[in-house]
Amino acid sequence: MEEKEIHDELTAIRGLMERSSKFISLSGLSGILAGVYALIGAGIAFKLISDFHSFTETLYNKLVPNEQITTSPVFLSVHSDYTNLTKQLFIIALIVLILSITTAFILSRRQAKRKGQALWGKISQSLLFHMATPLITGGLLVLIFVSRGYYGIIAPCSLIFYGLSLVSAGNFTFNMVKYLGLFEILLGLIAACFPGYGLLFWAFGFGVLHIIYGSMMYLKYDR
Amino acid sequence: MKISFDKLDKAFESRVRLQIMSVLAANDRYDFNSLKELLDITDGNLASHLKALEKEEYITVHKSFLGRKPNTNYEATLKGKTAFKEHLNTLEQLIKQQKTK
Repeated sequence: MEEKEIHDELTAIRGLMERSSKFISLSGLSGILAGVYALIGAGIAFKLISDFHSFTETLYNKLVPNEQITTSPVFLSVHSDYTNLTKQLFIIALIVLILSITTAFILSRRQAKRKGQALWGKISQSLLFHMATPLITGGLLVLIFVSRGYYGIIAPCSLIFYGLSLVSAGNFTFNMVKYLGLFEILLGLIAACFPGYGLLFWAFGFGVLHIIYGSMMYLKYDR
Repeated sequence: MKISFDKLDKAFESRVRLQIMSVLAANDRYDFNSLKELLDITDGNLASHLKALEKEEYITVHKSFLGRKPNTNYEATLKGKTAFKEHLNTLEQLIKQQKTK
């Protein structure tokens, strides 16, 4: 055996050990795009919320002094608009989520083909299972709290549970995913200390952090 | 110390067997079909190499059923893992030796 042959053999072994135990078909590009979607979504949400605030302000200024607030037509119109706003924000979040998942799926499929790894196999299944457990738990918890009126919990809770799901998914893919998860958890805890800035933290965690992580992945593994 | 090629484990002379051991060293268990897909070889070829490793007591077999389909899982034994590690060490030392020559 020549030295080069042994070298090739060792490289092949290392590659096989990685390919058999880790899902290496994640694409950095999908991280970048998910971040961009999140930032656009947060921008639209911010616009809607500030529009709503200026709208209510002008309405409240028209309130007749000493009028019973809860029965005034102004209050009722604001109230129905508020439910409308929540609905719109929910739809924006849903669109961002669906776009991100679809992008990740399409780009991973392309990457899997290039790297000779099965998209739907033993490893991707464990990856999805370990990611879905904290993610679905967190998602349901947020929905339960929202239905009870605790809107302040959305940003910290979704960041923390998303971070937990990334840390556990990190065992089945690039280590970098784990670090992204730790940062998301940290950000979620900080967001919990600063109520009222939820959208800002949300945009930073799902937007900026994704773009940073995606670019690092892209430069390191995609090419 | 002079290291010769004789020190290399005969069981790992076949490339497929070495590949199987690499996968089993990195994972607790691996099933037949996933292994076949990963290594991209035929049923018969994979089965014969697995049998050879089993005979050396480098791997153990776990048979079970997933619904009605038989599901065979393989696991590396301590003996197998040690042999694999030593084989890699020998390969590394061979490289070093050839560099100093």
